[in-house]
Amino acid sequence: MAAILEVQGIVTRFGSQVVHDSLDMQVEQGEVFGIIGGSGAGKSVLLRTILGLRRPDAGSVRFLGRNLADLEPGELYRLKASYGVTFQEGALFSALTVQQNVQLPMIEHLELSDRTLDELALLKVRLVGLPLDAGLKYPSQLSGGMIKRAALARALALDPVLLFLDEPTTGLDPISAAAFDELLIYLQRQLKLTVVMITHDLDSIFRTCNRVGVIVDGRMISDTLPGIVHDPHPWIQAYFGGERARARAAGIHGA
Amino acid sequence: MFITARRSADQLTLTLTGHWRATESGAIEAELRAIDFSGARQARLAVGASSLDLSGAWLLHDFLERARQAGLEPRFEGETPSALALVERTYSGEIPARVTESEWLDPERAVAGLGRRAVSGWRSFAMGLEFAGRVLVASLRALVSGRRLRPTAIARHVYDTGITAIPIVSLVGFLISVILAYMGAEELGKFGADIFVVDLVTVGVLRELGVLLTAIIVAGRSGSAFAAEIGAMQLNEEVDALHAIGVDPIEALVVPRILALLVVLPLLTIAADIVGLVGGGLLCHALLDMPMLQYVNRVQGAIADTTFWVGLIKAPVFAALIAGAGCACGMRVRGSSRELGRLTTKAVVVAIFSVIVADALFAVLFMKLDL
Repeated sequence: MAAILEVQGIVTRFGSQVVHDSLDMQVEQGEVFGIIGGSGAGKSVLLRTILGLRRPDAGSVRFLGRNLADLEPGELYRLKASYGVTFQEGALFSALTVQQNVQLPMIEHLELSDRTLDELALLKVRLVGLPLDAGLKYPSQLSGGMIKRAALARALALDPVLLFLDEPTTGLDPISAAAFDELLIYLQRQLKLTVVMITHDLDSIFRTCNRVGVIVDGRMISDTLPGIVHDPHPWIQAYFGGERARARAAGIHGA
Repeated sequence: MFITARRSADQLTLTLTGHWRATESGAIEAELRAIDFSGARQARLAVGASSLDLSGAWLLHDFLERARQAGLEPRFEGETPSALALVERTYSGEIPARVTESEWLDPERAVAGLGRRAVSGWRSFAMGLEFAGRVLVASLRALVSGRRLRPTAIARHVYDTGITAIPIVSLVGFLISVILAYMGAEELGKFGADIFVVDLVTVGVLRELGVLLTAIIVAGRSGSAFAAEIGAMQLNEEVDALHAIGVDPIEALVVPRILALLVVLPLLTIAADIVGLVGGGLLCHALLDMPMLQYVNRVQGAIADTTFWVGLIKAPVFAALIAGAGCACGMRVRGSSRELGRLTTKAVVVAIFSVIVADALFAVLFMKLDL
């Protein structure tokens, strides 16, 4: 399998505070890669760096083998069509309906007739399991779970090969979170997506991830799910050694 | 090229080529639209080595629908692409009926719209009254108890709305006297009544223009800032958080702003008045060769005891109108960033409009009171 995303030697500093100290990360095509780490470990900052929203103080991000820093603005623009992102709070444009939110990347990147735009947006709205009338609603009229789904629909607007999710199930009740995980697995298989997911949700990690990267001490320790559980690092032991995690882990070892 | 069509007799053979990706969907759509079904009775599709993503699959799905409507039953050579199957699975179930009704030509709708506007106009007036009442109660409570007064918040707003506004307000005060002096020197000179330029400038600045233009500037600067700050807090659910903690948002957000502006606007008016009078003196000196001492004497002759106070007394009223409009609009922001923009604009418009209306009422009132 080829690496779709390679992060090498990322260093991030805020003043004197070092968040990432030569962080490496590799995501293979077709896997679901979970990023975990304590609050303030720099998960969201890493995501922002990968997306090019923030310039790293050192290191490189390679997407499909190409270094983001070397790309011309035009190439970078086209590259943005090949990944989709959902942000922590959804970041739906509050002045637009869900359907218009989904159409926005399409209008920006594609030249399509109005009818096709409408139909494609509705297809994405249905695909993420939203009711039909949700397309005409504004983000402020949606529940938390629906916002997450609508954000996913927007991230899928351009049929990306790579999907970044920032805490997709945080703030959802366990049933909605589980439904979201199922949706994610379904879409990941059907659309052959590669998913990079920041999450705190243990259920979500055990249900969806193939591999997990843990940000500790400014670096990333990544391994397969059964492997990472046995990593000797104290933070990882504390994370997966908790009562809730043990119950879950017993589940996957039994399977 | 994404699709090639070959015809033999009544058989249409379509071969997909390349990668049908979302990024190419414009070109694919154009190619599909160009395919003509006329004369064909059978259609076969060969997918071959080409791949489809979801958007590509939908375009194909839509194309096949069109073929079916033209009486064809397209068949795939080999397997149906999985992405197409996904589209069809997603679409299983009813397709929503498109609602397209013309909103303008329906008389019933027009009448209903008029009624709705009238009701919403009345409601917004009632909401304004309710807001004013709640602010009044909260202000009185704050004035009675020091703990509720929040002096730090008031000090911050005095700084933001007052101290930082001094340069622009002074400049405007100076420019008003420039305008009045030039206009007066031109027109009054025709009657040889040059000396009355002083009266024009002093009475004009002190009674009307000093306070009015200061109020308009503050409405633009601070009325909008109040609406935007409180509105952003509404969007962020900070106002709800205050409610939940048991803090009255009116007391914490609105009252300090109103009290601060009540302090600030009279002081800014005085600053504008001073700069205006000094500017008037300089201009009379420059335009009319009037010695400064004569200007000062003339000013004392021109103004009655009340002239300055008649101008200044309007300032607190204008302050309450500006701060009230800004805060009320900010508190009404709900849901979207567009609302925030709309209500911030509205705050400024309402503030300036109500200041001018109040000024007109004052003019009538002072006339009746013979001031």
